[in-house]
Amino acid sequence: MTDYVMDSQTPKGSLENRWTQHKFNLKIVSPANRKKYTVIVVGTGLAGASAAASLGEMGYNVKTFCFQDSPRRAHSIAAQGGINGAKNYQNDGDSVWRLFYDTIKGGDFRARESNVFRLAEISNSIIDQAVAQGVPFAREYSGYLANRSFGGAQLSRTFYARGQTGQQLLLGAYQAMSKEIEAGSVTHRSRCEMQDVIMVDGEAKGIVTRDLVTGELESHMADCVVLCTGGYGNVFYLSTNAKGCNASAAWRAHKKGALFANPSFTQIHPTCIPQHGTLQSKLTLMSESLRNDGRVWAPKNCEDCDKKPEDIAEQDRDYFLERMYPAFGNLVPRDIASRAVKLICDDGRGVGHEIAGKKLGVYLDFAKAISEYGEEAIQEKYGNLFEMYQRITDENPSQTPMRIYPAVHYTMGGLWVDYNLMTSTEGLFAAGEANFSDHGANRLGASALMQGLADGYFVLPTTVSNYLAQQKPLDLDKDHPEAAEAVASSQARIDQLLNAPDPQKTPDEFHRQLGSIMWDACGMAREKNQLESAITQIKALRKQFWQQVQVTGVDKDLNQTLERAGRIADFIELAELMCIDALTREESCGCHARAEHISEDGEAQRHDEDFSYVAAWQYSGKISMPVLYKEELNFKFVRPNTRNYR
Amino acid sequence: MIFTLHIWRQKNAIAQGYFEQHQMDVSESTSFLEMMDALNEQLIGNGHDAIAFDFDCREGICGSCSLVINGAPHGKHRATTTCQAYMRDYADEAELWIEPWRATAFPIVKDLIVDRAAFDKIIQAGGYIATRTGSASEANTIAIAKETADDAFDAATCIGCGACVAVCPNASATLFVAAKVSHLSSLPQGELDSQRAKKMLTEMDSQGFGTCSNYRECERACPKEISVSNITKMNKLLYQNK
Repeated sequence: MTDYVMDSQTPKGSLENRWTQHKFNLKIVSPANRKKYTVIVVGTGLAGASAAASLGEMGYNVKTFCFQDSPRRAHSIAAQGGINGAKNYQNDGDSVWRLFYDTIKGGDFRARESNVFRLAEISNSIIDQAVAQGVPFAREYSGYLANRSFGGAQLSRTFYARGQTGQQLLLGAYQAMSKEIEAGSVTHRSRCEMQDVIMVDGEAKGIVTRDLVTGELESHMADCVVLCTGGYGNVFYLSTNAKGCNASAAWRAHKKGALFANPSFTQIHPTCIPQHGTLQSKLTLMSESLRNDGRVWAPKNCEDCDKKPEDIAEQDRDYFLERMYPAFGNLVPRDIASRAVKLICDDGRGVGHEIAGKKLGVYLDFAKAISEYGEEAIQEKYGNLFEMYQRITDENPSQTPMRIYPAVHYTMGGLWVDYNLMTSTEGLFAAGEANFSDHGANRLGASALMQGLADGYFVLPTTVSNYLAQQKPLDLDKDHPEAAEAVASSQARIDQLLNAPDPQKTPDEFHRQLGSIMWDACGMAREKNQLESAITQIKALRKQFWQQVQVTGVDKDLNQTLERAGRIADFIELAELMCIDALTREESCGCHARAEHISEDGEAQRHDEDFSYVAAWQYSGKISMPVLYKEELNFKFVRPNTRNYR
Repeated sequence: MIFTLHIWRQKNAIAQGYFEQHQMDVSESTSFLEMMDALNEQLIGNGHDAIAFDFDCREGICGSCSLVINGAPHGKHRATTTCQAYMRDYADEAELWIEPWRATAFPIVKDLIVDRAAFDKIIQAGGYIATRTGSASEANTIAIAKETADDAFDAATCIGCGACVAVCPNASATLFVAAKVSHLSSLPQGELDSQRAKKMLTEMDSQGFGTCSNYRECERACPKEISVSNITKMNKLLYQNK
């Protein structure tokens, strides 16, 4: 462990000119020299595929890796609702400044001004880029692009492709990357999972991978490494993430020295289909866009909770978001909506299935919208979401209201990066959900697609070039003993997973146990004693895991049980850090609601004088003793105030 | 609900495969893949190798899952992927035969997992609009008729799962190719590449897929209900050399 001098590389000067000026100050590599450099991109979702395509077009030699069987399957594909852009096509007063303000306020003033402004500034170029690639966004009858509103904003700036915006944007990036594979500038490997970062003289110069079909470990050297490996919501076992989403690449990078920022900042999305059973493997999100026309309510009286919704009279329904937040109504940000739903259910007014003695669900009702605009108009907007809901629950949302409950959806925390998206490890970059950069303590809807693509298409090509311009190309033919060492330690870890001394529990049993500890202690409400007890439990679980995990099969083969076990081992370590982070942050902000710091009417109480910082944790060699670095957040252009959506 | 399962096991691409029989007792609200998870938990607990199968998002959009259930790719329901199937859908069946996609161009990797890299190769051959990052013009410069944009979207919803190939007697990927061609070539941005269909079809051929002889099974098996009218559209473009 070495002391790290934190420098966020944030530019000075007027906010509007920072990115432009910064790009001018960065070094560039001449086109003729670019093919001498190799860039590794791990993960090929929105951020990874767009970065690989763009770096490939520039002439770098790019190597990409994903664990799925094709880059087109990355979890970005599941994003439903949309992508924000400050185009102001609706003439409702939007601007880069307003998108910037909404995003930084939505994040409860726990993000960097410079980063968020850059994101808002780039948002328009992303829309242009996507349209040029043929992304079929929704259009008006005029032939021009359509928009809709999303939570945390009072205007319509979200571009969408029915309920499949993520799919269409990912396919755009995947196709751009495919073009570069055909051109020979990008070499891609599917079913290939990163095991470790290879460090040469303190800088990231390669990775170790495991071929998921043959089980072979390989080393790959490069001039720099970019991690676009997504978020870690699956720490909670049940989440809206795809089953394969994991923290391993980011976590291994952390253990090689990269700081991990705000690990406890987890977005709990208010509108998911409630849990229905114990065998359940994942939760399904119902897009936030539904809150444009759906009204959230619960029975006013506990005794009505068992009734059918249609039997509950209008005056006995509590449209609690409209009641509590008249200005934003059903479109309050996600953290606020989730907390309100929890409050109602804790109050005993939940509906639907009972889980552990409590009814966990409220209604999302489209009856009013259907009577106002007609069923056809509502089907046109949300048809595929209604179908999805019906398939899972066997109920038709145009006849009976949906039931929803919050679920883990996104992680704002991630690897700490500077303004150049470089982690605290030289030569190691992180982009998309894998980094912590732009969303503060809460992400607004339709901002994840925006950030992934801003990082990949427009930020990394510039900042990676700046780093490479200062490097002599690595001699790839030279034998690097560091590579062999990293392969050997990856092998040792695999051997340990396969040979626990007292195997008796499957990896998933450990995962479910971890998930329930985390959901109770580090979910929608957090409290000192509970967090402390969770830390003790997680430590015990970690010990037990390495003693008792049962992994069948062998390592030199396709072995999904082994893959899962490796990821769960990392989740257990990360979970402890999340709880430590949540315990240390003695305030409430955004998603992070500490019971000790909630006002009487249920609002989060920030403590700016003590906690206006990014908590970046360094691995000390001991999981339970991470070292905290604080990056102070300075607000020069906006004044942090109490978020008010009333 | 008690089911007798006959599950295809195959050690690797060249090994001989066989059906393995299991009994499972699950509730009707269990999803099909959760039933498979539960079976795997039992197998691992008893020290056996888990059954390998592809899955990821479990909400019908990533295209990973790929099981043939009682002879039907993605099971019996229309417009449904395997991960969206629930055991209540099989209430009137006692035996389930579970197999991988079967096609020359999709060799079996292990058990129920097949290699679908051939689809990536087809896209690489021309399934894109060649725009460089940064070179795009203002998004609203071109107006596109809503109907055209909606049709392009419908074609673009293909998830690349390969059910169309698995169900086709010729193991043809024509619907997959046509969906991409129809999505891109009907938009003004994509018109410029008049060779797109030709390049993709040539690659389809060389990857070992068969040709289309209008069985139209693909449309029925497609979980996204991609219409065979996209094939007509593609053929028209080929004929007009656009």
